[in-house]
Amino acid sequence: MSDLVFDTADRLFRDAVDKDLLDRTEAGAFPEALWQAVEETGLVEAFADPDTGVADAAAVLRAAGRHAVPLPIAETLLARRLLQRAGLDIPAGPLALAPTDVNDRSAFAGGRLMGTFYSVGWASRATAIVALADGHVLVVDPARARIEPGRNLAGEPREIVTIDGPPLAAARAPIMPETLRREGAWSRSLLMLGAMETTLEVAATYANDRVQFGRPIGKQQSIQHQLALMAEEVAASAVAARLATERLDGDEAFLAVACAKIRCGEAAGKAAEYAHQVMGAIGFTHEHTLHHLTRRLWSWRDEYGRESDWSIELGQRVALVGANGLWPWLTRA
Amino acid sequence: MTALRFDPPTLPPGAEALREEVRRFLADERAKGTWSPRGDFGTHPDTAFSRLVGQQGWIGMTWPRQYGGHERSGLERYVVTEELLVSGAPITAHWIADRQSGPLILRVGTEAQKQRFLPAIARGEIFFCIGMSEPDSGSDLVSIRTKGTKVEGGWRITGRKVWTSNAHICDYAITLVRTGPQEPDRHSGLSQFILDLKAPGVEIRPIRNLAGHHDFNEMILDDVFLADDMLVGQPGDGWKQVTSELAFERSGPERFLSTYRLLAALVDRGGTAPDDRVAEATGRFVAHMWALRGMSLSIAGMLQAGETPNLEAACVKDLGNAFERAIPETARLVAPSAMPVAGANDPFETIQAEAVLNAPSITLRGGTREILRGIIARGLGLR
Ligand SMILES: Cc1cc2nc3c(=O)[nH]c(=O)nc-3n(C[C@H](O)[C@H](O)[C@H](O)COP(=O)(O)OP(=O)(O)OC[C@H]3O[C@@H](n4cnc5c(N)ncnc54)[C@H](O)[C@@H]3O)c2cc1C
Repeated sequence: MSDLVFDTADRLFRDAVDKDLLDRTEAGAFPEALWQAVEETGLVEAFADPDTGVADAAAVLRAAGRHAVPLPIAETLLARRLLQRAGLDIPAGPLALAPTDVNDRSAFAGGRLMGTFYSVGWASRATAIVALADGHVLVVDPARARIEPGRNLAGEPREIVTIDGPPLAAARAPIMPETLRREGAWSRSLLMLGAMETTLEVAATYANDRVQFGRPIGKQQSIQHQLALMAEEVAASAVAARLATERLDGDEAFLAVACAKIRCGEAAGKAAEYAHQVMGAIGFTHEHTLHHLTRRLWSWRDEYGRESDWSIELGQRVALVGANGLWPWLTRA
Repeated sequence: MTALRFDPPTLPPGAEALREEVRRFLADERAKGTWSPRGDFGTHPDTAFSRLVGQQGWIGMTWPRQYGGHERSGLERYVVTEELLVSGAPITAHWIADRQSGPLILRVGTEAQKQRFLPAIARGEIFFCIGMSEPDSGSDLVSIRTKGTKVEGGWRITGRKVWTSNAHICDYAITLVRTGPQEPDRHSGLSQFILDLKAPGVEIRPIRNLAGHHDFNEMILDDVFLADDMLVGQPGDGWKQVTSELAFERSGPERFLSTYRLLAALVDRGGTAPDDRVAEATGRFVAHMWALRGMSLSIAGMLQAGETPNLEAACVKDLGNAFERAIPETARLVAPSAMPVAGANDPFETIQAEAVLNAPSITLRGGTREILRGIIARGLGLR
């Protein structure tokens, strides 16, 4: 099932996303036609199947990462899942999701949501902002929120959203804020995995094509070794992301997602470094497509908790299970 | 470009019960004083302990029953292996026979060799080492000069092997010998023999390592006679035989768990409310180990399914070795220092010291990191 979903998404994104679309989106346009296609192919409903939903959603995210898709795919997938679990109607169109960061502040009292969320993806383009506050899932009309522009390193909208007023809809929250943060981190791990896969392909192809000193630079051992290291990072990320996907709704979701975000985040930085070194000055130009991937890698590793944040939290849990409990924990999970 | 594949493994039913069995065995034997945790998988052989492991049915686990094996899956072997490694049990003595020599004999050995060697290996009664490296041949193994000459009823072998781990406690060495010319290519003309280490003409000299330990040796082979039935596989097939099991040799948990005990000691030293430095370091190491174990288990599953994921195995070894070496480097920087206690041995300091001294060997033995990266690069289509 998930392989089919991946192939569908991969084909759609490969055909539709090119440098021109990426540049135009970054300049402020919204790729309306691509969004329509994403909705029509049912990709935003990837979570729907109770058995394969998480794996299907992971497939969509990985494909989106592979092609640097300039749309709120992760946000919409997770927001729809939250609404569905809360028993709320799901509005059509792209959705925004809040909070994204532990520094976000909100309160829901007397039928009124008051909150400030610092890095909401695509809020100004969303048909609704879905927020989790004070044990409630709330649907907010973006037109009634104050939205200050902002972008991450990749030029993806990350906006400051201030809300003060009644939501369009509300329901008791089916999950804790930690769960939402975990799912956000998981989504970034899959996006990073996809982007790293393409980055590796681009760099390896370039190494075989680019000739210096009379032969392809890919014949140079130092270049070979950097690409080998990059392949290792991608491989470790793929496995970490799969383990997290298998456990996203399980008892060991924290462990698996923390490990995925830490591992993929670290790999993202290294993969970007190796790729740019191998590709020389051309990879540093705006003209080349590489930066659409690497700027996303640099952004996504910071979103929903950096490697250091997750490592400290994981390390504290490890301390509680203790030296003798660590291995039994890992083998049980 | 070849995409690396790490299929999800399926642990056979009973794997977790087996894990508990191994843990119980280790705890009981430790309580009896049979063993105590020391070193990594390449050090501290204990032949009596290996016999005990053999009695449990945990050597040659995947081999056919008719040769003393237990016909269990490679994933069950994986579970046993990782439990033994993490506990720091002294499994060095039987390690090579279980992982390499036995499977080689099973695959290409004669019926007589299988009957003669495999059951004894599985019982933990005979032990093997590997005689490949020579003074002038390390990474470039095909350049070896130890020579085998065909004579009536057998072969006469002359040459010098170095870095032969545990030759001084083993019974046999699977020895790589040049028996023919490098034709049609330079990988031709090599053969593997079962060398009886007590045979006349074999001299084993200790080589102390930088930690002062005697783990590896030099082997002088002076016109040693080996009967025809000590040749393993076909003459001239040595290279093919050596390289065909690389995925088994490079993907196992021993490639990333060598310094696990130091990680555990760091967790211990950090206490239940560690400072951020310790928490961040241990959290990051656990994430790496988690991914490595996932990769290694996946390869075990693929091997069990009859595939040969050599590239993936090279990834696990290179990444795993880097992980093993990072633990002592980070631990020394972040571990809170303990109050010195007169006369007492501080377990963390002891394990840390051992890990630092052993670290250089990790990225050399079993294929250096440079050689592994070359293999991966070739897999990426770069050569
Ligand atoms: C603890 C330990 C136990 C061992 N046990 C055994 C054993 O039981 N049996 C046995 O046969 N051997 C054993 N070895 C030997 C081991 O297999 C060799 O050390 C290894 O193959 C490297 O060979 P070398 O040491 O001669 O280094 P060399 O091959 O001389 O290499 C030196 C350096 O040059 C690099 N180098 C070499 N060629 C290339 C190249 N083409 N490109 C880039 N870099 C290159 C290497 O990576 C390394 O960094 C053991 C080694 C150790 C450290």
